[in-house]
Amino acid sequence: MEKNNRKGWLYLLPAAVFLGFFLVYPLIDVFIYSFEEGYNFASQTYFGVGTYNYSYVLHDPYFLQALKNTFILVIITVPVSTGIALLISVGLSSIQKLRDLYQTVYFLPYVTNTLAVGLVFMILFKQTPYTDGLANFVLSWFGAGPVDFIGGPYWAKMFVLCFYTVWVVMPFKILILTGALASVDQTYYNAAKVDGTSKLRIFTKITLPMISPTLFYLIITGFIGAFKAYSDAVALFGTDLNSAEMNTIVGYIYDMLYGNSGGYPSYASAAAILLFTIVLTITCINLLVSRKHVHY
Amino acid sequence: MNYEKIEKAAARRKRLLRIVTYTLLTFWAIMVLFPFYWMVLTSVKSYGAYNSEWIPQLYTLAPTLQNYTDAFTAVPLAGYFTNTILFTVATTAIMLVVTVLAAFAFSRLTFRGRDLVFTLFLSLMMIPNELVVITNFVTITNMDLRNTFTGLILPSVTSVFYIYLLKENFAQIPDELYYAAKVDGTSDLKYLLKVMIPICKPTIITITILKVIECWNSYVWPRLITDDQAYFLVSNGIQEIRENGFGRENIPAMMAAVCVISAPLIVLFLVFRKKIMAGVSRGGMKG
Amino acid sequence: MKVTLQNLTKKYPSRNKKQPQDVIAVNDFTFEIPDGQLIGLLGPSGCGKSTTLNLLSGLQKPTSGRIFFGDDDVTDLPAENRGVGLVFQNYALYPHLTVKQNITFPLENRKGKDKLTKAQMAQMALDAAKLVQIETLMDRKPSELSGGQQQRVAIARALVKMPRILLLDEPLSNLDARLRLQTREEIRRIQRSTGITTIFVTHDQEEAMSISDLIVVMKDGVVQQIGKPQEVYDSPVNLFVAKFLGTPPINVFDGQVKDGKLFIGSEAVLEVPGVTGQPVTAAVRPEGFTLSESGALTCRLSGVEVMGRDISVISTHPDSQNAAIRSIISAENQVDPASAMVRFDLKPNKVFLFRKDTEARIRF
Repeated sequence: MEKNNRKGWLYLLPAAVFLGFFLVYPLIDVFIYSFEEGYNFASQTYFGVGTYNYSYVLHDPYFLQALKNTFILVIITVPVSTGIALLISVGLSSIQKLRDLYQTVYFLPYVTNTLAVGLVFMILFKQTPYTDGLANFVLSWFGAGPVDFIGGPYWAKMFVLCFYTVWVVMPFKILILTGALASVDQTYYNAAKVDGTSKLRIFTKITLPMISPTLFYLIITGFIGAFKAYSDAVALFGTDLNSAEMNTIVGYIYDMLYGNSGGYPSYASAAAILLFTIVLTITCINLLVSRKHVHY
Repeated sequence: MNYEKIEKAAARRKRLLRIVTYTLLTFWAIMVLFPFYWMVLTSVKSYGAYNSEWIPQLYTLAPTLQNYTDAFTAVPLAGYFTNTILFTVATTAIMLVVTVLAAFAFSRLTFRGRDLVFTLFLSLMMIPNELVVITNFVTITNMDLRNTFTGLILPSVTSVFYIYLLKENFAQIPDELYYAAKVDGTSDLKYLLKVMIPICKPTIITITILKVIECWNSYVWPRLITDDQAYFLVSNGIQEIRENGFGRENIPAMMAAVCVISAPLIVLFLVFRKKIMAGVSRGGMKG
Repeated sequence: MKVTLQNLTKKYPSRNKKQPQDVIAVNDFTFEIPDGQLIGLLGPSGCGKSTTLNLLSGLQKPTSGRIFFGDDDVTDLPAENRGVGLVFQNYALYPHLTVKQNITFPLENRKGKDKLTKAQMAQMALDAAKLVQIETLMDRKPSELSGGQQQRVAIARALVKMPRILLLDEPLSNLDARLRLQTREEIRRIQRSTGITTIFVTHDQEEAMSISDLIVVMKDGVVQQIGKPQEVYDSPVNLFVAKFLGTPPINVFDGQVKDGKLFIGSEAVLEVPGVTGQPVTAAVRPEGFTLSESGALTCRLSGVEVMGRDISVISTHPDSQNAAIRSIISAENQVDPASAMVRFDLKPNKVFLFRKDTEARIRF
C-alpha cells in the first residue's frame, strides 16, 4: 500500500508541477502584484503596498474606454447571437434534407483562425482610396453613403466588431442548441400536436422551457466569453487598439503588460482583477435569475 | 367544419414554413461561407486587377497563383508554418502524456487524499487564463525564455478540462479488468498502455484534435512571448503581415497567406467532422 | 363516435439496402368500430398496432385507405384538428408544468369563438381530475407523482377536451403488477362513464381480454381476427390467434386425421366428423383436458402444481410442440405425483384443428 501511494503521486507529479507553477502560483501572485505600488519591472522592486494601482486604472481614460467598449459588446452580442442561434437551431431541427450539410457549414468558423478570417472581414468593410469595399457596395443599393467601418466613426467600428464577434461565436451556440433541441423527447411534441397546439405555442410553452437550462448555460458562458473579447478586435483593427478607440478590457491588460505602452504588470493585475470581479458579479446575477426561471 | 379548407390551409402553412426555414438557413450559410469565398477569390486575383476594381467583382476570369508564390517568398510564411507545426506537435504531445498520467492517477490508483486533490483540482477549471497570464509572462521573461520554444510551450501543456474528460472516461472501465491484470502480474504502467489507452482511444483522439485546433489558433500567449519573427506562429504572422508585410495594399497576397494558414484546420475539420463536433459539444469552449 | 377504417395501409421505405422492398406496417385494414365501445388492439411487438394508433391520431399519414370519424373523412386532416385524445405509453406529461397546467394545456389551445375563460378551464380541469380521482394532486409536478398517478393525469389531459375518440398506447406497460389490475378496471370505469369510443393498444392479451368490448388481433400488419374477447378465445380463426390468447398458453400437438378421427401419435383421441384425412396441428386449451383412467391421450407425468381451486398437471408427450403440456383440472381430482403416466380425455369444444400449411382453422 505504501508503495502504491508513492506511485500514485508520481503519476500526478507532472500535472501538479505544471499546474502549480503556471496556474496556482500566478493566481496568488496576481493579487500580490495588484497591491504593490510603483513596481519596477527592470529592478523588480516596489515602493509600498496599497490600492493605488486600482485607483490609477479606474482613472485611466483608456481603461474607461475599454470598459465602455466591452460592455457595449457584451450587451449587444450576447442576446443577438443567442437569439439568432436559437432561430437557426430550431430551423435546423425541423428539416431533414441537407441538415448535415448546413450543420457542417455553420461549424466552419469554429475551426478557423480568428485573426485570419478577421483580416477578410476587415477587407470587406474597409474603405480605401481604391475601393469603398464590398460592405459599402451593398449599402449603396439601399442608397446609404459610404462609411469607413474600420477607420471611421465609433459606431461603425463597433458595428463591425459586434458583427464579427457574433459570426465567431455562432458555431458553438448552434451546435449546443441543436443538441439540446434533439434531446427533447419527440412524444411531448406529439402530445401537444394531438391537443391542437399551434407551432408558436409549442415553441414557447414546451420547447423553450425544456431547453432553458442549456439556454442559460449559453447565456452565462456567452457573457463570460464576451467580457474576455480581445483577438476579434485585434483582427479587425490591428494591435494598436487604443488609438482605434476599440480596446477591450483584456486588450488593456495586455497593453499594460507588453508592447509600446507595456511594462506595468501591477496595473495589468489590477485591471485583470477588476475584470474578473465584474465577470463574477454578472455570473452570480445570471445564476440567481436562472434559478428563478429554469424549472428543473 | 369545412374539412377540405382546414386541410388545405394546413398544407399551405406547412409549405410556407418550409420555404421560410430553408431561406433562413441558406441565408446564414451564405453569411458563413461568403468570407471564405471572398478570401479564396481575392487570393487568385492579380494585384493589378484587384486594385483597379472600384466596385468589387464577385468572380474573376483570370485567376492567378502568383499571390501564393509571393506569400511564400516576400514574407517568411514557411517559417511561421514550421514554427506553428512544431509548437502544435510538441505542445499536444507533452499535453497528452501529462493528461493521461494525471487522469490515470485520479481514476485508478488509490492514494490518500485522492478525492480531496481531485476536488481542488476541478476548482482550477474556474481560473481564467487572463488572470494568470500576467505572472506567467513575468516568470518566462525572468527565466530568459522569451523567444524560445520552451517559453511558448511550457505554460500551454496542461488542461484541467482535458484531464477531467479523460478521467471520466477511464473511470468507466470496470475494476475487474484492473484486478485481472494485477493477478496476472501486469504493472500499472503496462496496464495503462495496453488496456486503458486502447479502450479510451476515442476520447484521446478528441482531446488531441481539440488541442491541435487550440494550438493552431493561439495568439495571445505567442504574441506576449515572442517579438522575434523567427519564432512567430501563424496568428502572429498574420498580424505582422497585416501591419508590415507586403506593403499595406497588397491585399491579394495577404489573402493568399490567409488561405494557406486556414487550409490545414479546415481539412482537419472536414476529415474528423463528427469527432470534432462531438468533442466540442462535450464542453469545449473556444479560447 | 363511430370510427371506420377503409383498406388502411401504411408502408415505410426500407432502410435496409439489401432488401429494398417497403416495410408494410399496416396492410389493408378494414374495420368499423361501433360507437361508445372499448376496443383492444392486440398483437406482438412490431405487428403494426402502434402504427394503427398513430394513423388514427393523425401523427402519421396512411399510404392508402381512408379513415372516417362518424361520416367525416379525416384521412388528410392534421393531428391538430382531429380532436382525438391520446395517452402515450410514457405519458408525455410536461415536466415543467403542474398537474393542473398539464390538464388545462389542451384547453388553452382553443382560438376564436371556442376560447374559454380561466374559470371555465379551471372547472373543466377539475371535472376531468375528479373523474380520474386526482383532484388533490393539482399543484404537484409530474416528477412528484407515482407511475399510477401520472397515468391518471395523462388520461385526464386526454379527456378534458372532450375528445371524439380516446386512444391509449400501452396504457399499463409502465405500471407494476398490482397497479396494472387496478388501473385496467379504472380505464373500463372511465370509458363507461364518458361513453367515448376508446381504442387501446397492448401486447398483453390478458389485459385486452379483461376489459375490451372487442379485440382486434394483429400480426405483421395484418388483422387476424376481430371479435368479442370470449368469441375470439373460444373460436380462433388460425393457429397464431389460438397461441396468442390464453394463459397458460394453448397446448399444440402434431396430429393426423384419419377416417374422421384425430390421432396424436398412435392414439385416436377425438372424433372429428367431416374432416378429410390429412396431417394437422391440433391445439388444446389447458382446460380442455379431463382426467380419465381409460383416457385416450397418454402423457408422461412430470409434475403437479396445486393452485387451490384448480390443479395444474404438467406432462410431456413426444408429439407436443410445447416443452411441457399444461392442463388445468378441478382440484376435486386426485393425481398421484409419483405415477409415471397420466391419461386424458379431450373436450371437443376446447380442441382446435389447423392446417399444416396455412395454419388456418379446420372446423368440425
